[in-house]
Amino acid sequence: MATALSLFLHFLILGCLAIGGVSTVMPDMHRYVVDELGLVSSREFADAYALAQAAPGPNALWVTVLGLQAAGGLGAIATTLGVLIPATSFSYVASLLHAKHANSPVALAFRRGLAPVALGFMLASCWLLLRGVGHDWRSYALAFVALGIAMKTDINPLWLLAGGGILGMTGLV
Amino acid sequence: MSNGPRNPREVFFTFARIGLSGFGGVLFWLRRVIIQEKRWVTDEELLEGLAIGQILPGPNVYNLSFMLGHRWFGLRGAFAAIGGLLAAPLVILVCLGLLYKAYSNVELLQHALRGMAAVAAGLLLASAVGMASSLPRRLVPWLFMLVAFAGVGIMRWPLLYVMFVLGPIAMYLAWRQR
Repeated sequence: MATALSLFLHFLILGCLAIGGVSTVMPDMHRYVVDELGLVSSREFADAYALAQAAPGPNALWVTVLGLQAAGGLGAIATTLGVLIPATSFSYVASLLHAKHANSPVALAFRRGLAPVALGFMLASCWLLLRGVGHDWRSYALAFVALGIAMKTDINPLWLLAGGGILGMTGLV
Repeated sequence: MSNGPRNPREVFFTFARIGLSGFGGVLFWLRRVIIQEKRWVTDEELLEGLAIGQILPGPNVYNLSFMLGHRWFGLRGAFAAIGGLLAAPLVILVCLGLLYKAYSNVELLQHALRGMAAVAAGLLLASAVGMASSLPRRLVPWLFMLVAFAGVGIMRWPLLYVMFVLGPIAMYLAWRQR
């Protein structure tokens, strides 16, 4: 209980700082849960991330797996709520502001100015995702085949993901 | 004009489908379902929403889903969107986490992940290309996109710093452009 509470409070603070996504505060989560509290090993920390990537849903939900490993069910609730409460609150405030001032000049400049920056960050995510796979021409080739198929055909991309998973398991990628 | 969803229930089930499909990232599926399939928003609106979702703390897609839901049906819509997005994935993840505790061998999984991550990168890139078509055909926005990409992707600078430097300049120029 005490562990879950301290996890919750720490993740609540990190949740407030996680601008750009939960992965930006991942190093400090590692420091706190692995080094300071010693609740999970470095390997388990990495595996929690891998599990969440393989499962459907927002990747940020790996904090749920991390909490589960660190302190059971209560731990999972603690880390998940710790991250989601700040996100929800800030999104709520932003929604109210949008409802009131959506067409004000400041809001327009805000959105139009930041849109290309957001797109640049999105491209950076693609890049880092690819780099994380490893420097191998076969993974790059696979990514570009997926890009081409997704843009040119109507095939359900779940098939592409499944195909990628099988290629990975057989060691071809 | 884009038509929104009919009611919060439709929001919930649509976002549940997006969450359940989102292997290796949800953004691709969000765009595919609510833009290409349902036409609830435009690429321009989605990109602007994403930009705001990124400067708020927390998962970007989660913030974006909350704000979209709120725009359609207030708080009920917002919670329908994030509830749909999270419900099934949370159950699946807890089961996987418990299985992991019992077996703790994810080597095969990590191999599968390599292939899936490569495909996910390609899919995300397809979304980015689609959303780029909503950018105005002027030099300045494309320049900001390139610098943001290079700063975070190539130089590996923390996103927060890049945002603090680029954000105000980009907003100022967009303000003057009006």
